Amino acid sequence: MAQSQRRYRVSTRRSAELVLLIAAWLIGVFAWILVDASTGAGAFAGWTTLLSSGVLLLIAHTVVRTQAPYADPILLPVAALLNMLGLAMIHRLDVAGEQRALANGSPKPTPDVYAQITWMALGLVLFMFTLTLLRDHRRLQRRTFIFGVVGIVLLFLPVLPVIGTEINGAKLWIQLGTLSFQPGEIAKITLAIFFAGYLVAHRHTLALVQNRIGNFALPRPKDVGPLVLIWILALLVLIGERDLGTSLLIFGLFIVLLYVATGRRAWVAIATLLLALGGGLAYLAFGHVRIRFDVWLDPFAEASGRGFQIVQSLYGLANGGIFGTGWGLGYPQLVPFAKTDFIASALGEELGLTGLIAIFILYAIIVERGARAAVATRDPFGNLLAIGLSTVIGLQAFIVIGGVTRLIPLTGLTTPFLSYGGSSLISNYILIAILVRISNAARAPEIEEPKVVNA
Amino acid sequence: MIRQINRVTTVLILLVIALMLNVTFLQFFEAKKLRNQAGNQRMLLTEYSRQRGEILVNSDPIAYSQKTNDELQYLRTYKDGQTYASVTGFYSLVYGATGIELKENDILAGNDSRFFVDRLQQMLANRKPQGGAIRLSINDAAQKAAIKGLNGRTGAVVAIDPSTGAILALVSSPSFDPNLLSSHNSAAITAEYERLMADTAQPLLNRPLAMTLPPGSVFKLVTAAAALESGKYNAESLIDGPKEIQLPQSENVLGNWNDKACGTNNQTTLANALAISCNTAFANLGMELGADAIAEQAKKFGFETSFEVPLIAAASRFPSSLDQAQTAMSAIGQFDVRATALQMAMVTATIANDGVLMKPYLVEQVLGADLSVLEDASPAAISRAMKPENAKILRDMMVGVVANGTGSNAQISGVSVGGKTGTAENTPGQSAHAWFVGMAPSEGAKVAVAVVLQNGGGAREVSGNALAAPIAQSVMRAVLGR
Repeated sequence: MAQSQRRYRVSTRRSAELVLLIAAWLIGVFAWILVDASTGAGAFAGWTTLLSSGVLLLIAHTVVRTQAPYADPILLPVAALLNMLGLAMIHRLDVAGEQRALANGSPKPTPDVYAQITWMALGLVLFMFTLTLLRDHRRLQRRTFIFGVVGIVLLFLPVLPVIGTEINGAKLWIQLGTLSFQPGEIAKITLAIFFAGYLVAHRHTLALVQNRIGNFALPRPKDVGPLVLIWILALLVLIGERDLGTSLLIFGLFIVLLYVATGRRAWVAIATLLLALGGGLAYLAFGHVRIRFDVWLDPFAEASGRGFQIVQSLYGLANGGIFGTGWGLGYPQLVPFAKTDFIASALGEELGLTGLIAIFILYAIIVERGARAAVATRDPFGNLLAIGLSTVIGLQAFIVIGGVTRLIPLTGLTTPFLSYGGSSLISNYILIAILVRISNAARAPEIEEPKVVNA
Repeated sequence: MIRQINRVTTVLILLVIALMLNVTFLQFFEAKKLRNQAGNQRMLLTEYSRQRGEILVNSDPIAYSQKTNDELQYLRTYKDGQTYASVTGFYSLVYGATGIELKENDILAGNDSRFFVDRLQQMLANRKPQGGAIRLSINDAAQKAAIKGLNGRTGAVVAIDPSTGAILALVSSPSFDPNLLSSHNSAAITAEYERLMADTAQPLLNRPLAMTLPPGSVFKLVTAAAALESGKYNAESLIDGPKEIQLPQSENVLGNWNDKACGTNNQTTLANALAISCNTAFANLGMELGADAIAEQAKKFGFETSFEVPLIAAASRFPSSLDQAQTAMSAIGQFDVRATALQMAMVTATIANDGVLMKPYLVEQVLGADLSVLEDASPAAISRAMKPENAKILRDMMVGVVANGTGSNAQISGVSVGGKTGTAENTPGQSAHAWFVGMAPSEGAKVAVAVVLQNGGGAREVSGNALAAPIAQSVMRAVLGR
């Protein structure tokens, strides 16, 4: 058969992945060394940490080599590079914290970078688990509704009493013993699976046209239900948890998948109207949304009050200029939440415009490689899931980085792979594992067709 | 679905491009505006985190940055701060910088474009930029002689090298300690600054550059120069110099300081009139020459111009639209004539330099962080104020002032010194300002100096010779090394 002959002509590109992974790791190590050298942080105390990150990446690579040999060779190295840059910046901010404590004579704070590398380890282990256990992404399709229920439960866990915790005005966390977790980060994946599975099953119905305005095809009014439900879900997240970012991300994801599944631009138009309506309602009804919006319009009006975060972020970016101050030579610690939400402005200060654009390109690469897998995979569920997951990464990066650079109003979200935070890092590694799995299916010369059960 | 996926991908990439355009706007086009935004402490922190360059007198750093343990990583320290404060200025967290610290900030902070290659190397090595150094034209001995001579009295001293315009001494008194304004303790800085501002002696006023006072009789040099340049007078020309004159269209009577006529038959030579500082002769001379001629001469000496040395000096003024009485008073440096000590030193230096006015400057050399020379001062002539032969006549007249006239206290044994005293009337009820300008040696002068004691520096009996001439003498001796 032609297909079996072709098998031997498809290169696996695993060596390319290995080389890129090593390069990503070396960039991270180099950044770390520069931080230590320029801050005088001591004789390179983090070498065990860095070495272990390298070993973990190598193991992850080996698992890809055996479990998904035809996978896209770019996705994992790009994620790893972002992760390594994040580690270096978190370490850099740890050093700043230590120096400040030293100057003030206060006790030395616990560095966060060691926790982050533990999360990285856990993230990579789950990456490998996902890749090993999920032999075929279509198996996810069979559990569409379970994923949907899990996603919604996860989304609303933080609102529950006892385990739900409010941090910095948003209820995004659940507290289990000493461990706090942001379930919304996992929910974005299960919801992407749910949306993809649901839309694969219903896309033909949803694509039906009843009326036309010119050549603009309107869907049937009775099919608007699911969209309105998701809209209400997003609004509930906004009301219940004061989480503008997650709310926007989930609604955006659904719009994208609805459009891809049905090919109807009318859905985008309707969704945009709903988004505007929701935004308007939120602005009128909720003080925190209004504040975010007003601060966005004129952050300097209250530069030392509500506008403080964003103004400090802009000052940091300006201080970085084109080439940045260099690792360890700026003042990223002056920006509140520099390790989490504002890590992009910390990187923008020390790596400059050039460094930040390079980081944006890394996100663009993830989106593009994900989209490539989406196009190339052979089943509609895979198409939808891959573009959905790419959208999650791209949209999340846009929402948070756009927020801290004042392109759009500020909403709290973690910066994928860069920000300090376990839930986020783990979920994003799982997300990449699924994308890697789909890309393997797309590029593999031959797949055993399992029976697809429409959920 | 493929087409839709491609469209969605395009939109997502467009979002990333929007991020790129936005940060390009912020970090490239808006960066400068944001950096200079009020309340942005990053510029200050950045500045303090660099090793700021030194300010040198010869090879001796009089301002340098010391490593500290606090958040502001370097402390600006001034050696002999009181002595050089009028030159260095201060470098304050709260009040910004003044003096050379302000005017040469680009060099000292390492921002100057001449450091481009250094900056590139530092960037590649991930190191912070280092500032360049400034070597002053200040003569250490002259500066110290001046501050010692003033001894805390309100006044100013400026000494200039006549042939180059290099400022050898620039002293304002009373002085202040820039160390106290440049500390890292903003409360202490504010307290010290408030104290200095409340002091009626105005220690923060840079007197030699900023304070314009009536120059009194030292201005007679300008009037004499105008007379010589008119071609109608020489040193021996006779001028009416009675005991007193009635000023035209005025009730006022102008007399001489000793209430005597300046010569036999109420007449005096120009040289003698200068030597004994005859008011009536110079008033008559001024009215003969006319206000325009004196104003023109004053302008050639640098009046009406604000010089940047690079510290900005106030422009000295000769009034306009004068009647005869006002012209008479202005010719002897009264009425509305106002001059800085720098200006009067420049007049003297010009006479010493054969009539050529040199641009005054304080910065001898601009140096890199490694003290390699980036730029040497290039002395520049501003204008020819007098013909060389007239300058020579005036110098000889000034030698007469010191040798056997009113300026005897400026004599230096073995050196021919030229000079002119001044006692400038001021507000009624307040002591006059005591002036002295001098040059030494009178031919091929190495130094021209101007000394002023505001309101006599507190003395009751005010005379330029008694109060100002000894200071000028010690400064000139310091430069000559005698």
